[in-house]
Amino acid sequence: MNWRRFCRRRGADVDLAQEIDLYLAEEIDENIARGMSSDEARRQAYLKFGSPQRVRESVWQQNTVTLIDSAWRDLKYAARTLSRSPEFTLVAVLVMALGIGANIALFTVVRCVLLNPLPYRDPSQLVSLFEHSRDQKEVNPYFPVAAGSFAIWQSSAAGAAKLAMVSPWQQYNVSAEGGKLPEQVDAAWCSWNFFPTLGVAPAMGRVFTADDDRPGAEAAVILSGSFWKRRYSGDPAVVGKKIWLDAKPYTVIGVMPSSFVYSSSFGGNTVQVWTAAGHEAPPWQMRTFRDHEFLVIARLLPGTTLAGLVSQLGAAQKQIKADHLAPGVHDAVSGRTMLDDSVQGYKTSLYALLAATGCLLLIACLNVASLLVARSAARSKELAIREALGGGRVRLLVERLTESLLLSAAGGALGLLLAWGALAWLVRARVTMNRVETIHIDGVVVAAAVGAILLCALFSGLIAAAGRDGKQILASLQESSRAHHTGRARAGLRRVLLVLEVSLTVVLLVGAGLLLKSYERLRNTDLGVPEDNVLTMHLSLPEARYKEPVEQVAFLERLIERVRSLPGVQAAGLVTAAPGQGWGGDHMVSVVEHPPLPKGEGFGLMVRGAEPGYFAAIQIPLVHGRIFTSDERLTRAHVALISQSAAQLCFPGEDPIGRHLNDSSVGEVYEVVGVVGDTRWSISQPVHPTIYKPIYGNDYSVATIVIRSARNVETLAMPVQKLIGEMDPDLPVSNVMTLRETIGKSTIDSRFDSILVLAFAMIALLLAAVGLYGVLAYLVTQRTGEIGIRIALGAQREQVLRLMLLDGLRPALLGLILGLGAGAAVVRLIRSMLYETEPLDPAVFFSVTATLLLVAGLACLVPALRAAKLDPVQALKTK
Amino acid sequence: MTAKKNVSNAEMLKGTLDMMILRTLLTGDAHGHTIAKVIERTSEDVLEVEQGSLYPALHRLEDRGWVSSHWGASENNRKAKFYRLTAAGRRQLIQETNRWRQMARAIGLVMGEKKLVNEGEQ
Repeated sequence: MNWRRFCRRRGADVDLAQEIDLYLAEEIDENIARGMSSDEARRQAYLKFGSPQRVRESVWQQNTVTLIDSAWRDLKYAARTLSRSPEFTLVAVLVMALGIGANIALFTVVRCVLLNPLPYRDPSQLVSLFEHSRDQKEVNPYFPVAAGSFAIWQSSAAGAAKLAMVSPWQQYNVSAEGGKLPEQVDAAWCSWNFFPTLGVAPAMGRVFTADDDRPGAEAAVILSGSFWKRRYSGDPAVVGKKIWLDAKPYTVIGVMPSSFVYSSSFGGNTVQVWTAAGHEAPPWQMRTFRDHEFLVIARLLPGTTLAGLVSQLGAAQKQIKADHLAPGVHDAVSGRTMLDDSVQGYKTSLYALLAATGCLLLIACLNVASLLVARSAARSKELAIREALGGGRVRLLVERLTESLLLSAAGGALGLLLAWGALAWLVRARVTMNRVETIHIDGVVVAAAVGAILLCALFSGLIAAAGRDGKQILASLQESSRAHHTGRARAGLRRVLLVLEVSLTVVLLVGAGLLLKSYERLRNTDLGVPEDNVLTMHLSLPEARYKEPVEQVAFLERLIERVRSLPGVQAAGLVTAAPGQGWGGDHMVSVVEHPPLPKGEGFGLMVRGAEPGYFAAIQIPLVHGRIFTSDERLTRAHVALISQSAAQLCFPGEDPIGRHLNDSSVGEVYEVVGVVGDTRWSISQPVHPTIYKPIYGNDYSVATIVIRSARNVETLAMPVQKLIGEMDPDLPVSNVMTLRETIGKSTIDSRFDSILVLAFAMIALLLAAVGLYGVLAYLVTQRTGEIGIRIALGAQREQVLRLMLLDGLRPALLGLILGLGAGAAVVRLIRSMLYETEPLDPAVFFSVTATLLLVAGLACLVPALRAAKLDPVQALKTK
Repeated sequence: MTAKKNVSNAEMLKGTLDMMILRTLLTGDAHGHTIAKVIERTSEDVLEVEQGSLYPALHRLEDRGWVSSHWGASENNRKAKFYRLTAAGRRQLIQETNRWRQMARAIGLVMGEKKLVNEGEQ
């Protein structure tokens, strides 16, 4: 095989033709010289040379790489046949592009998010460790860890693993400096060995040392790469300088690389600055076993397994529980790999989406196969003639495969573009997803795409080719008569494909229906307060500047008075965390008037600090008793409101007013003065019993301003922020959003999943409808003569209509039954994605059935009506 | 008669045409027509070079680097493709000639050439 020659064979042929011409000319000259007439001379020369064409052909053949040549010819032929029916080609390519594109996109996400190792040194050795209580089996056993437990774990695991801890839900106010605005940033406290344990090095400067990680150390901060670029424009001189966090000076000791992101099941991927835990956390918090403020990561040393480490630490934790019998102290340890911890929450939904796209691709292949079958039916005469003339079956098969390869390749190329666009959209739509920043199309993805293309080509090509049978040659040639044998058989194969397609569609529809219903449920969940026209914004008073509770309270009181006097504000109030905006902390309480509970037990109530006007502003109804008064502040702040569910929990069958609750977490007693309505802390979570304390006092330095307006509450965001800026130019305002936006944000995952699966299901439904229509329309054309005869012999139009409709609907019905069965079997797998929706929801299954029957009926009605309206005379004449 | 002669020639030339082309070019560059002519003349018109194999053979030889080609003018001043023996071709020619001699002698021995000649003399 000579590639150079192969590519230059056209030029070589031209040369050869010239050489042959020369030979003939010389020979003719010689013959003339021998005395022949010029005609005779020419004749003899040609006789001697033989056929110039044959010589050229044999040299051409010699220059040819046979395999490539025939493949090229097949390709050209396939392209030509495809371009002869552009609508068919366009539909097939688009169908393939959708199928392949969706698959590539999901595969990329699954690979980058779920499968790729974490970007740390030796990531398979990294695990995350958690606490939990042995008796609470049903709740999530992956609970954050108390710093006191961590210290004990660290010494008991010495030699087996290196442990580090991090608290990724901290926040700081970064002061206004050098013309920059103040802002609130997400932050993490970490033990000094956090970065060395992960095995990441700073891009600049240094990471913490043990010396930074103690109460008396000089305050140090490490910036994330993105924060450094954004706020400090990537200025390397910032290392060694001081920045102000919560109005206290911190030295920037290092900058992490932009690629470094820490993510866990408790978040962390938004962390912008890192500080040393031992310096930041109050000393009591570093010793406690009850306040679960940290996540623990561990690097397993050689010879240690995760299970081994967990059982070793489990023993230590059990001992802790025995030594410190108190509510909130856990007695067991759990762990999982760091990768699992980071992506566990996305696994089910991503795999479910990947399965959905797999179904879609299968449907696309079946559709293209069905189109190819239809085409080969239309071309059956051409193929029969070619076979009769000796066209090899393999040659014809290769030709068919080349055709489907061309379709899949074009579809795949388009699909790759689609996937690229879809991924760009997805990265923007799901910014909060862990590891979303790692999503990109790489070589493996492209290779997988090529594999998918080949597989699709093989699959659809083989299915289409399987429909042909050597015995049919004669029948095909005779098909101009009224024998429709081949046509029917071909349609039979298409029917089988249709049954499969419809059943896959039904599975997708069931999944989409369930997810949609669950999303609707989620959307319609009652937060406990009216959601429209409520604006919230968060601020946090730095203790460095608001040292005394009196100062904090004075600022907050002044602030809310001024907000209330702004034009457009109907009502305004202060609370530590608004409904739907997160957990916000919980305390263990007991009832003073009740007999003492066994040691280590109590009621876990969610705690909120609230200002008297809050309840009216957010419209939480007062059920019983009264709201706080404005002078119940500072030293007089030992009163509490409880939610209805808290009243039922702590005072079953009693009147709680006037009773006292002992908050063992802070060691204070509060008098219950009223009962208010329940609210949800998260739209997707059940109501949790809540206790409200006056925000004026009780050591609250954070506040969420809640503003209600008659209309367009968003327009109040700027005036309020300006007002705060006037009162304290160095106080950042964060999380400015309406209550509606809050709900939208927390339902985004559910919305995303249900909309995507619904889109896939709709595409599948469309494809199935097109398939049903195509088969029946083809059958009607094939049976025109027969129908003509039936009508001529007196068959009623309705009878013909019924006959054709049933013929078309049979595969749809069969597919529906198969699909409902398969759907019932697989929906169990997505149970965890459903909110208050049973996997076997009868309404969903019923509406899927109705939708499918309606669409299938419509798709079949058009060709069936055409059959019923046939003019028998015309029909008989056509044949 | 011609047909019969061609058949025998074709068989005879199998494998030896390449060698003879190289031998012809030893005396100087030549184009296709000259090569064929020289072979025919030298063999006293016993060997007739079939054009159907000459050009593919030339192509093959050029491909293997044993001959090179260039365009020039023929004796009658026509544009012609001239072939020239390369150094590699020269080595190949020596090898093939040796092998041919061995073969010819071996076949001669098997066929009892001497005996035949002796019988002829008697």
